[in-house]
Amino acid sequence: MTQIPLLTVENLNVTFPSPKGDVQAVRQVSFSMSNEKLGIVGESGSGKSVTGRSVLKLLPSYADVAADRMEFKGQDLRNRSEKEMRQIRGEEISMVMQDPKYSLNPVRTVGRQIDEAYCTHRKVSRKEAKERTLEMLDAVKIRNPKRVYNLYPHEVSGGMGQRIMIAMMLIPEPSLMIADEPTSALDVTVQMQVLAILDDLVTQRGMGLIFISHDLELVASFCDRVIIMYGGRVMEICEARNLKASSHPYTRGLLNCLPKINGSDEYLPILERDEAWHSDQFSVSDRSAQ
Amino acid sequence: MIAIEHLNIVFGQGANRSHALKGVDLEIAAGESFGLVGESGSGKSTVLNCITGLLSHWTGRISIDGTDLSGQRDKAFYRKVQMVFQDPYGSLHPRHTVDKTLKEPVLIHGLGDANARVERVLDEVGLGNRFRFRYPHQLSGGQRQRVAVARALILEPSVLLLDEPTSALDVSIQAEVLNLLQRVRKERNLTFLLVSHDLAVVSHMCSRVAVMNRGEIVEQVNRNQLQAGTFSDRYTTQLFKASKGYDRSVINGFVDHFTRSEEA
Repeated sequence: MTQIPLLTVENLNVTFPSPKGDVQAVRQVSFSMSNEKLGIVGESGSGKSVTGRSVLKLLPSYADVAADRMEFKGQDLRNRSEKEMRQIRGEEISMVMQDPKYSLNPVRTVGRQIDEAYCTHRKVSRKEAKERTLEMLDAVKIRNPKRVYNLYPHEVSGGMGQRIMIAMMLIPEPSLMIADEPTSALDVTVQMQVLAILDDLVTQRGMGLIFISHDLELVASFCDRVIIMYGGRVMEICEARNLKASSHPYTRGLLNCLPKINGSDEYLPILERDEAWHSDQFSVSDRSAQ
Repeated sequence: MIAIEHLNIVFGQGANRSHALKGVDLEIAAGESFGLVGESGSGKSTVLNCITGLLSHWTGRISIDGTDLSGQRDKAFYRKVQMVFQDPYGSLHPRHTVDKTLKEPVLIHGLGDANARVERVLDEVGLGNRFRFRYPHQLSGGQRQRVAVARALILEPSVLLLDEPTSALDVSIQAEVLNLLQRVRKERNLTFLLVSHDLAVVSHMCSRVAVMNRGEIVEQVNRNQLQAGTFSDRYTTQLFKASKGYDRSVINGFVDHFTRSEEA
């Protein structure tokens, strides 16, 4: 289904040194994506966030990141300097974090922060930036943009904070957005509204979206394709609509242990972890992903 | 077992005044598993905090097992009612071993035989003796939540108040903790009052459910109604739709629902 890949990652390995020996957080991860909604799901410690961050080189300097290929729109990202990466971050690829409370500057108004994101990448006047910001706040369904422009981050609710983050990440019009659990801290109805905004951006603007989440049900209903990760490895890559029919033992195990609204009140099946999942037999190697 | 009538609580004054619970009525039978669902700020945890005495300035009536609660709770109350909190990282003392954490309630209540009780309860929650002298930071999230359940069970209560007991856990660990809770409820014939934002968890665990919005109970349904999605209230209907997964076509219809008293 890929025409011109937006992002191609081949054989990505990330290792963190530790006093007890190296910890390999990501092992032989390969995928490629176009303008679509690609989900990365897994439990805590599965390497999903580290995978997302390594694309933007946002890992700490002591992390050892190696890949055979890491190409964004045909340009090699691997040996970009920090200065070159700053050009790419925000303008080409942007990232939405889980918690707006920690990601927004507490002592600047929401509007000024979004202005800054725009002015960093475009040569425009203050007035023009403000107009764009107000448009953007409106685009993420904030009802009274003029009022919200002058608010400080602590004065807005969690759902609104997350929409502000998305507005800030979208204003330079990136072609790829990496969203790391963007809606996990939100109530379900607000979560759905935020997802609808992201969805519209993908379908209307042709943006690519990497959606990192622990929520299988959500990813299955929201994304186009899904990468399932466990222990730093890719267990499988499948079409989201086929996720619930997956035959991979790990995916099956995860799906089975979810309580269902329509389920019985019997005991839930427990996920029996299999050491073999850490071997190549159960993971997608870099060749078969092509 | 638990009867709540016209429970009201107000936080703050003047412009910051927030009427967090507006006349909540609940009736929970002995041995029943009752769920309380709602979004953040709906007041569901506040109900639990009023029952346990973490909040004291409420008005109305709360009675447990036929006894009305007022002022400071006595020891007898805490032998009957215990609570498990959402965050297993925050609810255990970081510098107390599992052993010390579990012995403390035994000592406070002067039950005696502390060592045997700790051993028994650790077995019951599936941890076993080898975890007894560990500190919380040496345990995983699921193991910590098991310790929190063990601490609640060690006093042999008849009511457990569960405030989002699994929402900080991975789904595979959530399944283990939910199974543990269901097993101890059957074995000890406990009454559960479970607070959660997750309709699937509540439907799995509870036979009856109350839905809260902005400090009011908007609807009470049984499990069959919850599973079939037959609700009389529009807020509940919207919450149910949103919990069914992402569907672009229904989202534009979402609105903020005000409660009846706010519209009046």
